[in-house]
Amino acid sequence: MIYVFDGSLEGLLTTVFEWYERKPGEVILRTEKFYQPDAFTESFPIQNDRTKADRVWAALQKKLSKEWVRKFYCAYLSEIPEIFNSLFLFTIYIFQNPAGAEKNYGNDHVLALSKAAKSVEREKHRMEAFIRFQHTADGIFYCGIDPDFNVLPLILNHFKNRYADQKWIIYDLKRHYGLFYDLTVVEEITIEINLQALKQPAAHQLNEKEELYAHLWKDYFKSTNIVSRKNTKLHIKHVPKRYWKYLTEKQL
Amino acid sequence: MSERLREKLSILADAAKYDVSCSSSGSDRKNTNKGIGNGHHSGICHTYTEDGRCVSLLKILLTNHCIFDCAYCVSRKSNDIERAAFTVDEVVELTMNFYRRNFIEGLFLSSGIFKNADYTMERLLRVVKKLRLEQNYNGYIHLKTIPGASEELIKEAGLYADRMSINLEMPTETGLKLLAPDKSHKDVIKPLGFVQNQIVQFKVEKKLIKSVPKFVPAGQSTQMVIGATPETDKEIMYTADAFYKNFALRRVYYSGYIPISNDTRMPILGTQPPLLRENRLYQTDWLMRFYGFKVQEILNDANPHLEIDIDPKLSWALRNLKHFPVDINTAPYRMILRIPGIGVMSAQKIVQARQFGKLHIYQLKNIGVAYSRAKHFIKCADTPFQMKDFQATQIKAFILAESQSKYLKTDSNQLILFK
Repeated sequence: MIYVFDGSLEGLLTTVFEWYERKPGEVILRTEKFYQPDAFTESFPIQNDRTKADRVWAALQKKLSKEWVRKFYCAYLSEIPEIFNSLFLFTIYIFQNPAGAEKNYGNDHVLALSKAAKSVEREKHRMEAFIRFQHTADGIFYCGIDPDFNVLPLILNHFKNRYADQKWIIYDLKRHYGLFYDLTVVEEITIEINLQALKQPAAHQLNEKEELYAHLWKDYFKSTNIVSRKNTKLHIKHVPKRYWKYLTEKQL
Repeated sequence: MSERLREKLSILADAAKYDVSCSSSGSDRKNTNKGIGNGHHSGICHTYTEDGRCVSLLKILLTNHCIFDCAYCVSRKSNDIERAAFTVDEVVELTMNFYRRNFIEGLFLSSGIFKNADYTMERLLRVVKKLRLEQNYNGYIHLKTIPGASEELIKEAGLYADRMSINLEMPTETGLKLLAPDKSHKDVIKPLGFVQNQIVQFKVEKKLIKSVPKFVPAGQSTQMVIGATPETDKEIMYTADAFYKNFALRRVYYSGYIPISNDTRMPILGTQPPLLRENRLYQTDWLMRFYGFKVQEILNDANPHLEIDIDPKLSWALRNLKHFPVDINTAPYRMILRIPGIGVMSAQKIVQARQFGKLHIYQLKNIGVAYSRAKHFIKCADTPFQMKDFQATQIKAFILAESQSKYLKTDSNQLILFK
C-alpha cells in the first residue's frame, strides 16, 4: 500500500492518523511530486485534515522531548524525498514503543531522522554565518540566499534577536519567499521583481557607503590570511564552493 | 579619508593575525532595549581564511607602535615596518558597520604598547565603553589585558568585555627570557589571577543579588608560540595543564611559529611553520578537556614528545593494550571515550543505543564510528573470533597502511636530499 500526500507537515501528520484508523499493515509514504503509480500496489491519497494533524502533533509532543520534536521538525524541513517515509515510520515506531524509544540509534528511522536533522542544523548554522547583508538605498539590510534546505523558519529568531534595531530582509531565491523585519515583527513576504535584482541589487539601489565597507571587508579578509600556512583543502571544507556566491569577501 | 582607512586596516589586521584566538563562544549576552547584537553560546565562524582558520571576530590592533622589542613579534620596536594607529571612533565605526552586515561576530581588540601599559589599556577601554554605552552594542568583545595595567582599569574593562586574554608567548620562563629579556611569566600570571578572582567574586555576588553585572562571561584564554624555542611537547602541555587548572582558562592556543625575522635565536626565515606538531598539541588539549585524559597519561618522562605519525589517542591505546579490547555493550562511558576511532558524539550514541539491545558492527558504522580504526580495540555483538593477539607495532602498521595522513603531502619539515 502506498499513501500519497502533498508534502506539507499537516499532510504528513494526517497520514499517521489515517494509518491508525485503518491499520492497513505495511505502508510506504510518497509525496505527490515523486509518486509514480504502478500496477501492483494500491495507493491511497491523503486528504489534509487540521484536527487530525493537530491530534497527532500533540501526541508526538507528549511522547518526545523538546530536543526530539525539534529534530523531527528539522528533518521535515530538509525536504529530502525519502525523509517523509522515514518520518512517518518513525512516528509510528515512537507511538508503538514505551517512552525513550527515540534514543535507539540502532533503529534505521531514528538514525535517518537524526542524520537529516543534523544536516539541516548545519545548513541553518551556515546561513547564520554566511548571510551578508547589503545596506540598500532605502535603509533596509538585504540578503538573497538559496539554501539546500528550507531553513528560513529556523533562522528567524536568531536574526530577529540580533538585529533588533535595523530593518532587514532575507530572501530565499529557490523557494521564492522571504522574511522581512520592520523593527517590530518578522513577516513572510514574496517579492515580484526579476530574479537578477533579487540576487544582486544594482549599484544605484544600494547605500552610498556600501561599496566602501565591502572593500574594507575584502581588505580585512586578505590581510588576516597567513600565506605560509595556506591550506586550500581545509578552506574549502569549511566554506564549500557553493556558498561562495553569497560571500562578499569571495567576490572579485 | 577612506584610502587611509583601508591602509590602516590592512596594516593593523596584518599585525594582529598571529594571535590565533578567534573563538566567539561562551557568552550569553542578550540584546537589551532593542539594541544591536547578542552573544551566541557556541559562537559563529563567519568565514575562513585561505589557510583554513576561522574568521569570527574583527581582529585588529589599535596600534602597532610598541615600546617593547620581543624577538618573536612582528610589531617589535626594532622591526622596520609601516606603523599605524586607529582612532577610537574608527574602530567603533568599523565594528558597527561590519557587524550590521553580518560579517563578524564581534571585535577582538589588542594593541602594541605605546607610552605605557595604563595609557594603552585606557584607550582600549574607551573603545569598548563607546560600543557598549553609546552604540547599544551587545555583540562579542574579546579584549587583551595589557600586562602591567592597573587593576582598576582591568576591572572596569571586564565589565564590558566578554573575554579577556593575555598571552604567555613562550611555554617556559627560560624560553621567554631568551627572546624577550624584559618580560616574565609573572607579568602574565598576576593579571590572569586578578581577573579570575574577580570572575569568581562576581559569580558569588550574582547568586545573592540578581542585578550584579556580567564580568568577562566568556572567561579568559592564553596563547603559546610553538617551535620558536626548543621546548618538548611535555613541557608545553604541562604548562597548559597548569594554567587550565590554576586560572580556569577556557582555552589555551598553540600557535606554530612563523619565521618573521633573521634573529639567530630562532628558526630562520622560510622555515615551514610546524603545522603537524601544532595539530598534535591541539589533539592532546582536546583529550585533556573532553576525553577525561590526564596529561601525565599522554606525556611523561618516558614519552616527552607526541608521536608524529599517529594521533595521541591511538598512541596511548597502543601503549596500554592491557585495557583493550573494550566491550562496547558493557564498558563504562569513560572507557568507550578512550577507544581510538570513537568520538564524544559516537560514544554518547552508543551508551544510549545499547539499552535497546546489543550493538552490532553495522550499527556502529551507521552511528559514525571509524570502524576500521576502532575494530582493533573493541568487542561487540558480532565481532569475529580471533585466535591471536596482535602486538602494538602490528596494529599500528595495519592502521597506517589503511589511512593516509592529510599532512603527509605537506610535511615539508622532512629534509629533502634529492629533488
